[in-house]
Amino acid sequence: MSNFSVGFRTHGAVQMLDLNGELDAHTAPELEAAIEKCRDEQQYSLIINGAALQYISSAGLGVFMAYIEEMREAGGDIKIAALQPKVFNVFDLLGFPLLFDIVDDEAEALERFDNAPS
Amino acid sequence: MARTIHSTTIPSSTTYLGDVRSFIEKYARRADLPEPQVEQVKIAVDEACTNVIEHAYKNEEGHQIDLAIIIEPERLIVRIRDSGVAFQRSEYEEPDLVSFVKRRKSGGFGVHIMHRLMDEVEYNTVGNFNECCLIKKRVTTNGTH
Repeated sequence: MSNFSVGFRTHGAVQMLDLNGELDAHTAPELEAAIEKCRDEQQYSLIINGAALQYISSAGLGVFMAYIEEMREAGGDIKIAALQPKVFNVFDLLGFPLLFDIVDDEAEALERFDNAPS
Repeated sequence: MARTIHSTTIPSSTTYLGDVRSFIEKYARRADLPEPQVEQVKIAVDEACTNVIEHAYKNEEGHQIDLAIIIEPERLIVRIRDSGVAFQRSEYEEPDLVSFVKRRKSGGFGVHIMHRLMDEVEYNTVGNFNECCLIKKRVTTNGTH
């Protein structure tokens, strides 16, 4: 049984993904499927809300690595918000803050999309 | 001082990674490892087991992974054994996030994470087994993390 789920919400043109549970090599394909669904629906501006994400391994981080360029090339981005400190530490360990917009909360992520040059 | 060992065996499938993490969490906490270190050991062991499943056993189910957590007065050691294809250190390339993102690569950080989070990582061949030992030093002084 999977201990991970993704919830979808929209805010204007921005798609929010609420991550719940533990993201590892077993559950990473579920996040991959969620991001592919957004892409197929031509939603390229994504906010990942990590408030309920309890755990991440490199397999989970790999999903963001694999899709960020594609989203940016299509004019969007993957912004990551509200991570718990222990989860943020794993992003930080691999240098993600240099390449990804990682912010404290969803409102800040939305603001960054609003202020982004189109 | 006593040395205690707790061991378990899991099938070669990512389905069981959650069980691996629970096992590590339980005994690392019981060894009074500070919570941030419990988290670090848990992630490192998850990465090591994921590598065994994906690389040593090439995602083939039906094999097994033997795990042991060994608590010594000054160290906590997690020993992971498999009988698949051995990890070749000589073929290992340090990952680079910028280049991975450009190549849309989704993996390759497991070994890097293991080394970053643990004090020592050892690879051995024992008979027909590959063995990886992840070692965390235990801080025994009161009040230090």
